[in-house]
Amino acid sequence: MDWKVLLEQAPSGGMTYLGWLWSGLFWTLAVSLCAWVIAFSVGSVVGVARTVPLRVPRAIATAYVELFRNIPLLVQMFLWYFVMPEVVPKAWGDWLKQDMPNLLTLPFAAQFSLWEFTAAVLCLGLYTASRVAEQVRSGIQSLSVGQTNAGLAMGLTLPQVYRHVTLPMAYRIVIPPMTSEFLTIFKNSSTALTIGVLELTAQSRQISEYTFKTFEAFTAATLIYIVITMTVIFAMRALESRVAVPGYIAQGGGR
Amino acid sequence: MPMIELRNVSKWYGSFQVLDDCTTRVGKGEVVVVCGPSGSGKSTLIKAVNGLEPFQKGEILVNGVSVGDPKTNLPKLRAHIGMVFQNFELFPHMSITRNLTLGQVKVLGRSQEEAEAKGLKLLDRVGLLSQKDKFPGQLSGGQQQRVAIARALSMDPIAMLFDEPTSALDPEMINEVLDVMVELAREGMTMMVVTHEMGFARKVAHRVVFMDNGQIVEDCTKDEFFGSVRSERAQTFLSKILHH
Repeated sequence: MDWKVLLEQAPSGGMTYLGWLWSGLFWTLAVSLCAWVIAFSVGSVVGVARTVPLRVPRAIATAYVELFRNIPLLVQMFLWYFVMPEVVPKAWGDWLKQDMPNLLTLPFAAQFSLWEFTAAVLCLGLYTASRVAEQVRSGIQSLSVGQTNAGLAMGLTLPQVYRHVTLPMAYRIVIPPMTSEFLTIFKNSSTALTIGVLELTAQSRQISEYTFKTFEAFTAATLIYIVITMTVIFAMRALESRVAVPGYIAQGGGR
Repeated sequence: MPMIELRNVSKWYGSFQVLDDCTTRVGKGEVVVVCGPSGSGKSTLIKAVNGLEPFQKGEILVNGVSVGDPKTNLPKLRAHIGMVFQNFELFPHMSITRNLTLGQVKVLGRSQEEAEAKGLKLLDRVGLLSQKDKFPGQLSGGQQQRVAIARALSMDPIAMLFDEPTSALDPEMINEVLDVMVELAREGMTMMVVTHEMGFARKVAHRVVFMDNGQIVEDCTKDEFFGSVRSERAQTFLSKILHH
């Protein structure tokens, strides 16, 4: 094993191989966190729409979930990156592919364009949204109808019932499965390398190709991924105990 | 004009009829007990009164407003009809005080201070002022149901609906809830109560409605009901629940 290789000067970017790993980490976090913002907000709206007593929003939300969760993530990545610019009007497609600002001026010099980053974020975000939507829906449906009825009976409107009664409990109940989705988005962000985003996995592959130190390159990446996911797990656990409801025992058993 | 009036109300789940041509009324200040075997449609009937259960035929008027009319502003109507549920349905993530103020603030537009003063006064009335900062999960069933009654009262209702308020309670907690309800009835609150507690009916009901198979079989005064029930089904029912 030769870990010192990471401190050698890399052939590009004016940094060491360790610098490449940091750059990869930066882009992994950037793609994942931006995608999570989309996944959580779109997923919440779609999940709620699947539970409302209105036929049209429910049908649209169901179609969304089935569309996005039934196509392999990698295929979706290619659809966004290669196919989408071809199906929009030609001028827009050209703008996406060529004229979006390049990120070379940003720190952690990126050798890819904003379009690659955007496609990766949209793809990962909208795909994960379909999974988040199912978590939100199951959380809402795990609550008794009586809760909604109690809200309505005191004169709240249905949106107010969601806002004050159903969703605060539903989100608390689905923190554990939501943690898994949040972890998965970091791990799935590695598929962005297929469309040219130099995130953590791409950087370690690049290091391995330049130095032939395969073991060191991928072990380093593995450790960094584990640090990210452990951080998420601890943060979500802290959140869970922070918002725990005194005296409330989840249906289906204690803890 | 009666406070609550049901005219020929029918409801189907698919081809199964749960309410069959139900007609009854609750006058202002009147206490009507609805009883009957399980599956007879009592809960469905009482939930139809504030529009929680839609119905396909007939008409329900509350204080002169038609519940089934699509033009009716249901939230506005419901704000003035208190409802108490079998499973209490306090909001578990809110303190008792917030449970009492939510509707007052969001629906009636009262200020937080005003709502809190009102809510705590009613909490005191049901004997639970000391629990104001606790959460529903930290209270016993009987205490939760008393809070639920206080929550409904905090909206200054013109009528109260009770849907089997003591059925989910341990036996030793039933009386603390019934006591609150008896007191309310004696103060002249308009009440429609689905219950099997015949002692409560004897004590404060003006009329008793007996349901079976979605139909209103008996609708008579308390004395008539306990004195000389006319239908065999009501007699069978009474003999089953009164003799032990």
